[in-house]
Amino acid sequence: MLVLPALCALAFLVTPLIGLLVRTPWASLSDRLFSAEVGTALRLSLICATCATAICLVLGIPLAWLLARAQLPGRGVIRALVTVPLVLPPVVGGVALLLVFGRRGLLGQYLYDWFGVSLPFTTPGVVVAEAFVAMPFLVISVEGALRSTDTRYEEAAATLGASPWYTFRRVTLPAIAPGVIAGGVLCWARALGEFGATITFAGNFPGRTTTMPLAVYLALETDPDAAIVLSLVLLLVSVAVLVSLRERWIRGAV
Amino acid sequence: MTLRAELEVRRERFRLDLSLSVAPGEVVALLGPNGAGKTTALRALAGLVPLTGGRLTVADAVWDEPPGVFVPPEQRQVGVVFQDYLLFQHLSALENVAFGLRARGLRRAQARAHAADRLERVGLAEHAHATARTLSGGQAQRVALARALATDPQLLLLDEPLAALDAGTRMQVRADLSRHLRDYRGHTVVVTHDPLDAMVLADRLVILEQGTVVQQGAPAEIARRPRSDYVADLMGLNLFRGTADGTGVEIDNGGHLTVATPATGRVFLAFPPTAVSLHLQQPTGSPRNSWPVTVGGLEHHANLTRVRLDGAPPVLADITSAAVADLRIQPDMRVWAAVKATEIHVYPA
Repeated sequence: MLVLPALCALAFLVTPLIGLLVRTPWASLSDRLFSAEVGTALRLSLICATCATAICLVLGIPLAWLLARAQLPGRGVIRALVTVPLVLPPVVGGVALLLVFGRRGLLGQYLYDWFGVSLPFTTPGVVVAEAFVAMPFLVISVEGALRSTDTRYEEAAATLGASPWYTFRRVTLPAIAPGVIAGGVLCWARALGEFGATITFAGNFPGRTTTMPLAVYLALETDPDAAIVLSLVLLLVSVAVLVSLRERWIRGAV
Repeated sequence: MTLRAELEVRRERFRLDLSLSVAPGEVVALLGPNGAGKTTALRALAGLVPLTGGRLTVADAVWDEPPGVFVPPEQRQVGVVFQDYLLFQHLSALENVAFGLRARGLRRAQARAHAADRLERVGLAEHAHATARTLSGGQAQRVALARALATDPQLLLLDEPLAALDAGTRMQVRADLSRHLRDYRGHTVVVTHDPLDAMVLADRLVILEQGTVVQQGAPAEIARRPRSDYVADLMGLNLFRGTADGTGVEIDNGGHLTVATPATGRVFLAFPPTAVSLHLQQPTGSPRNSWPVTVGGLEHHANLTRVRLDGAPPVLADITSAAVADLRIQPDMRVWAAVKATEIHVYPA
């Protein structure tokens, strides 16, 4: 009774990917792959996703530490808030970012008045949008890793004269490294595929804010073959991420 | 230069109230059953648990005196050997030993040289570059000791240092540890539930039960004159409380024993199970104590059999396997227990 729907589900998940491969213009693949537009979009995507991941690491690890270790009142509420971008439609995230960081936004007006900085429709804006959407992946993964470590090692470090910061660097961080790497890779993959918040907050300006997913969307109307090639690249990246994480993510051991 | 501690730690349904002083070079063992508060006391000394009352001073420095003073663990001159050693798994033996020196700001080369010296002293020079997880139990224990001592702490704390070892390596490691503790000039506190470890390692035993000290003194003194059932059990002695009037002692939970040394008032009586003999008929002659008992249970230990006897008073007897066979001892059998008055040790309660 279960086999038929299961096979249907599998087919449903796999067929679009096969379709993508079938329709790929293999003959002109290398030309398109190394064309200027694809190159620009790909480079912009990689740079923005990497910057967003760096921001998530720098800010997200301390947040995860706070959630896992500190005696916080209302920890559950804070964790729920952290995961909001995970379930929020990305477009809504983009709108929210515009309202805050837009030139007349809550914070954006001061950023512009005082520093002349305006984030929307710029490359840094892409990074902000991606970091907003991807941060929960990192925080959840790192918090899980922190919770599963034995805090007695940190106590042992303290008795050896290690300051909390030294202990964090030399004992805690190496212990949670697999979780940080897994979270970082997921975060990066999510940032790379980000569409809704990016197009809302940063718009679609080739060379500045047109990342790969946006380029796919643009190309679909003008040059479907280019869209397929771009999609193929994103698919390959996804598969690579999946392979690198298969131990941790698929077994649910993050 | 003495460590003086009035440790008071209150928790829900538990209270530790321990007064302790340790002279430089002295090794004190905290001995007690599970849940007695030994580890809590050790953690309080290390600064991993703040005191809720009392005071802890080492030499002239106050380490903990609530509510005003609390020196965090990283600022105490303390070394801890944890129960399962807690070596940093991603570091080599050498890096583990050097960790405390690096944390205190020593340069890498210096820290490593000093750590290598420490490892050599515990006989592990050739394992310096092995990662912690590849070390055997005995080696890990020695690395943990070298790591704890590397920073020249004023106070060395050991939490069940031999509990994680198998019987074979345990004897050797115990002897080595004893030698290292003799050489150490600071204050040492060992927590253990094993009386043999405590006897071999410590100059003085402090027996802890339910968060308070029930007895303390030199190992030989405690082995001879236990003051609680827990200690008597550890030392393998029969122990009774009673009221003495000359050479006669009325036992609290029933029975009467005659002793050789006259005493008056509340006393403890202690004698080893080997002093008890069993007879099918009531024995006569010589100043013996004899009373009827029922065999409760038998347990074989090497060439002796321990017999649990119910009666007034109930008593443990160690008799030879030959005697068990001769008397055909079996559970529920009625026999006579006998103890010479001269075998019974009497001391004031």
